[in-house]
Amino acid sequence: MNGFTGTMRLVRLALRRDRITLPAWVLGMAGFLAATTAMFQDQYSKHPLLLEPDTRIVVENPGMRVLGLVTGPDVGGYTLHRDALVLAVLAAMMSVLAVVRHTRQAEELGRQEMLAAGVVGRHASLAAAVIVALAANLLLAVVLGLGMVVAGQPVAGSLAAGASIALVGVAFTGVAAVTSQLASTTRGAIGVAGAGLGVACLLAALGNMLGTVDSAALRVTSAWPAWLSPIGWGQQMRPFADNLWWPLGLAVLAVALLFWVAVVLVGRRDVGRGMWPERRGSPGASPALLSPAGLVWRLQRGALLGWAIGLLGFGLVFGALSDQIAGLKGEATEWYATFGGDTDLLGAYWASMMQIAAMAVAIYVTTLLLRLHHDEAQGTLEPVLGTAVSRLRWLGAYAVNALGGAVLLMLVLAVAMGITGGQAVGGTASLLRDLVGAALVQLPAMAVFGATVVVVVMLLPRWSVGLSWALVVFAIFVGPMFGPSLGLPTWLLDLSPFTHVPNAPAAAISPGPVLGLGLASALLAGAGILLLRRRNLRLPA
Amino acid sequence: MTTAITISGLVKDFGRRTRALDHLDLDVETGEVHGFLGPNGAGKTTTIRVLLGLLRADAGNVALLGGDPWHDAVTLHRRLAYVPGEVNLWPNLTGGEVIDLLGDLRGGLDPDRREELLERFQLDPTKKIRAYSKGNRQKVALVAAFSSDVELYLLDEPTSGLDPLMEAVFQDVVQQLRSAGRSILLSSHILSEVEALCDRVTIIRAGRAAETGTFDELRHLTRTSVVVDTARPLASVTRWPGVHDARVHDGHAEFSVDPGELNNVLERLVDLDVRSMITSPPTLEELFMRHYGEDITTPAREADAEVVATR
Repeated sequence: MNGFTGTMRLVRLALRRDRITLPAWVLGMAGFLAATTAMFQDQYSKHPLLLEPDTRIVVENPGMRVLGLVTGPDVGGYTLHRDALVLAVLAAMMSVLAVVRHTRQAEELGRQEMLAAGVVGRHASLAAAVIVALAANLLLAVVLGLGMVVAGQPVAGSLAAGASIALVGVAFTGVAAVTSQLASTTRGAIGVAGAGLGVACLLAALGNMLGTVDSAALRVTSAWPAWLSPIGWGQQMRPFADNLWWPLGLAVLAVALLFWVAVVLVGRRDVGRGMWPERRGSPGASPALLSPAGLVWRLQRGALLGWAIGLLGFGLVFGALSDQIAGLKGEATEWYATFGGDTDLLGAYWASMMQIAAMAVAIYVTTLLLRLHHDEAQGTLEPVLGTAVSRLRWLGAYAVNALGGAVLLMLVLAVAMGITGGQAVGGTASLLRDLVGAALVQLPAMAVFGATVVVVVMLLPRWSVGLSWALVVFAIFVGPMFGPSLGLPTWLLDLSPFTHVPNAPAAAISPGPVLGLGLASALLAGAGILLLRRRNLRLPA
Repeated sequence: MTTAITISGLVKDFGRRTRALDHLDLDVETGEVHGFLGPNGAGKTTTIRVLLGLLRADAGNVALLGGDPWHDAVTLHRRLAYVPGEVNLWPNLTGGEVIDLLGDLRGGLDPDRREELLERFQLDPTKKIRAYSKGNRQKVALVAAFSSDVELYLLDEPTSGLDPLMEAVFQDVVQQLRSAGRSILLSSHILSEVEALCDRVTIIRAGRAAETGTFDELRHLTRTSVVVDTARPLASVTRWPGVHDARVHDGHAEFSVDPGELNNVLERLVDLDVRSMITSPPTLEELFMRHYGEDITTPAREADAEVVATR
């Protein structure tokens, strides 16, 4: 018996468990890609002359280069530039979650113990998890490619496009294999891999932003940081133009190397424990913990810190880029004018960055408020409500933390952007004031969002997680970042709270929309409270 | 002073098809330890969750410490402590932190009592919850509950993961609370524990109180077992009224007798010239099996429905 005995049996078990989850990820991503491809195909077959100038906009604009790498005027390439970063992040998350689910999580929940007591080798679970994740990425590559072929794109480019996304999933399969050995908890393993994903995004974005543009302003050559990131490798395949396949080899090398490291680590640790030992803690609670709000703060402060660091980096980098925006000429200026809603180019740029950050912070608010549901479903709510804590106070604890966290994150971003932006274009003090105002004016939209999640959790607890994330995706796609350029009708755009946020600092802050959003959030919160007070709790058996 | 718990005609449905509690009656007097027994899925946990205001009663009257558990949840919870059956706590907090937190949210705990209980239950408060075994997680919940001096303790199968030493500590603590005049509702499967601690018991089956009373009262309702040797053959025993489950071999017989027939049976036995005889009152276990036994004959579908009902 060697260390891999039983691997194929565990692969079958993992496939049985993931038979809905993984196909849903793959089909969801492919459906999104096919739909956007078809839309751009339709748009540019009606107005073929627009393709070149539109491509120039995204090439000349460092802010747009963050999203991806452009190689020549081409509908497929143009679509991929829009979708690639989102899809790459999703592919990485699909892979990380799958690997952690079958390794670290199985250990944490005690399932691994039952498996390992059978005729199963020490490395079999790890190998099975990696095989399943790699198979899912292979499927993803093919289905994404088919999606683009169906939407009318050339076959070779489409398949390269699918592979360029799945490549990121392959690399992060290896990353998760290692983080599952390092951290001793599921949350830790996902968190460390997620931090790695953040770094990969940042490196790819930096590489493209600092890259050079050719004389026709249709092709970008990335700077070196892009080559340190699996997301950068995928983009270097340049689907629909060069269709280079060799960057795929980098991902295969990476996953092989990381898998080998993980196998070595498995041989050096105990089942159920990570390489990083579990520390002892305090024998008693500090006064700060002794309230529902203090408890929630304690449970999510690590996540908040991670978000704060991410937004700090985002703010510093994009603030520093302000002078590049100020020097922009030509077609790129029109994009900011549409997105940021003003011809004051710098103001529009900052407004658009604020809106992107607000959408990111809305994701943080959603993860936090979904803990309301997890408390209930996992039973940690029962001991709390068994004490002298009312349901309303429990909800209030989350509301306070969500609001405080959102304010903190937006302020971190505004200050970081103000400092480097002020260095780049001057006038730090007034810029800081403008940006802080622009950051805070995003809060009513987030409050609407948070209150909606609360209503969903109270009304449809069993479906709340999926439904809340669907609402997040919906609000972002019909919001100001994607909605107008996707050519969606106004009534649909109006459904996203982000659409109604004033374009500060480009435009003055008008009180109407702010009050309207505030009122909407108050009504939704009231509905959530009424529902909470009336219903049975759905506690585990 | 009112009774600690008064439940009459309590109905709780989950959806249209599953009735978890079906006109349940339960009374816990102030100052008594009340055993709450029943097979899995009978509705014990559902009852306790209604008492905590976590679930809403569909019909019937429920009074807890003189108040309405749904409307006055918070004020009532200051006066009670609860140990859930399945102890789900926050994996990244330490045991000590959880004890302090739950005690404080209830309105405060006695630090000396906390130290004493940690000592007696041999619990290390510096470990993270995720590092504890099931028994140790249960100890965290027990220490958190017993560190607060409250009028009523609701304990839902609190010792299912404890070792015999810790079980003894638990029984000792409960005895102390009883002598201090506290009321306790103890749901349990451990019959020796219930027998040792409880003044009265209620046996619940399929959402209804099947029997309630002191042990003596319950025993009067139940058959006595008899083992007897006689000089003359015992063959006729099987036909006597009130005799059940008889096994006879010449002058030796083992059987059980209905409560009202014991005297008549004794008179007949005397005629057969008794040489030796052992009679024993029904054990709690036999009492129990009478109710559990009926469950075994319940159709499987209905039993499934009961399991669903506790979710």
